[in-house]
Amino acid sequence: MIKLDYPFKKSDIKKLKVGDMVLISGKMFTGRDAVHHKIHKGAKPPVDLKNQIIYHCGPVVLETSKGKYEVKAAGPTTSIREEPYQWEVMRDYGIVGVIGKGGMGPKTLAACKKYGCVYMHAIGGAAQVLAEKIVSVDNVYWKELGSPEAIWELTVKDFPVVITMDSHGNSLHSEVESASAKKLQSLL
Amino acid sequence: MKLLIKGGTMTKEKTKTELNKDLHDSLLELIRITSTVIPDDVQRVIMKALKSEKKNTSAKYAMDIIDANIKMAKMKSQPICQDTGTIVFKVYHPAGFSQLDFRKVIEKAVIKATKLGYLRQNSVNSLTGKNDCMNVGGGHPQINFIETTKKNIDVKLMLKGGGCENVGAQYAMPYTTLDAGRDLAGVRKVILDAIQKAQGKGCGPGTLGVCIGGDRASGYAHAKEQLLRTMDDENPIKELAKLEKDIVTTANKLGIGPMGFGGKTTLLGCKIGAINRLPASYYVSISYMCWAFRRQGISLNKNQKISKWLY
Repeated sequence: MIKLDYPFKKSDIKKLKVGDMVLISGKMFTGRDAVHHKIHKGAKPPVDLKNQIIYHCGPVVLETSKGKYEVKAAGPTTSIREEPYQWEVMRDYGIVGVIGKGGMGPKTLAACKKYGCVYMHAIGGAAQVLAEKIVSVDNVYWKELGSPEAIWELTVKDFPVVITMDSHGNSLHSEVESASAKKLQSLL
Repeated sequence: MKLLIKGGTMTKEKTKTELNKDLHDSLLELIRITSTVIPDDVQRVIMKALKSEKKNTSAKYAMDIIDANIKMAKMKSQPICQDTGTIVFKVYHPAGFSQLDFRKVIEKAVIKATKLGYLRQNSVNSLTGKNDCMNVGGGHPQINFIETTKKNIDVKLMLKGGGCENVGAQYAMPYTTLDAGRDLAGVRKVILDAIQKAQGKGCGPGTLGVCIGGDRASGYAHAKEQLLRTMDDENPIKELAKLEKDIVTTANKLGIGPMGFGGKTTLLGCKIGAINRLPASYYVSISYMCWAFRRQGISLNKNQKISKWLY
């Protein structure tokens, strides 16, 4: 198990390779479809994303008292929908990586290499195990997008991910995809 | 209640199933259990898959986290997955039953379950992008009423997340890309193609509901209906039973594995049904269900309390 601790540094990100199992401790910001679409349309993110991690996640959050929140469930959402936008966020706002599920495509992979980012795969559907790693909900931005689509600022401890796209041009997803396509041909 | 004239005097005859307060609580409990507890039949195949993955691999790591997640969700009574999905109710009821009244009680229970965090605020206006925050309205929740000859009411519920819904597929046969014709050999080809295309994006290892025939709408509906069958049941149609087994065995040779990490288990199950088609159409509709297979059902007694869990 590799530990990745806040504040995140591009030099640490460079060391990560496809297949590494990593425990993240520190800060992350949720951001999914509406957030990426809004940034793509020209809106400036409400927080400084330099050296930060974006988590593709729409959590179940309950407001326990005014301005106090509790995350009830928080697994990753499918990342490929952000494929048209993710590379821009990597280029313009200096993030070090994204967490999601299902992997991303060639645009994101190229941006990971160019801007020194990684794609980290969390276990889809594991909303309880992952919510348990959230120590606190520190803030919420763009709440008008609705709870699942808002930007939630979270502090996590030992959040488990697998590196499936690294900053050296490797993607587990494209490997598995081409191997399984070849295998399928022989089974049809 | 309806007034009847009988022997010259007016008497009241009960013609409707009266709904009471316990019904709301029974439906709320159905939602809570469906969102937080994996059905036994699904749990058994997940445990089998967990044991088949090699130690120290990403696939095993994924299955271990899935296992821990199932246990934790049950213990904490919190959603297995944050995407609590499209809410699909099936209500099997006797004659003399008000669907409108029943719908109102379901909607109340859904709102309550959302406030309690068993359901995410998951219903978005497709034009304005506004989240209604309550999961009610604009076609949500989905409720299908089915009249039966039984005296009691059964309610089934499926929560189907968006990630797995997105990897569903429908093929109009013949599908020339794969040289797949209008027969079971062709059906086999397109099902395997859909599994390969889905990769790990539908939160595999998943389960397929498949429909052969129908039109574009009834095909998908019947495919989802197949997901109400238990994992260990046997298809009464021999050819389909054989095809179901073949699909699972063959899919697990593709090496896609849990989450698409590579590994032994790509598919947990496959359930195939067939309905009639028009001479001109031959659809194969495939609905993908994630490992977090959330479906449950209850039988209600005459007081509308839960008398039995159906899975």
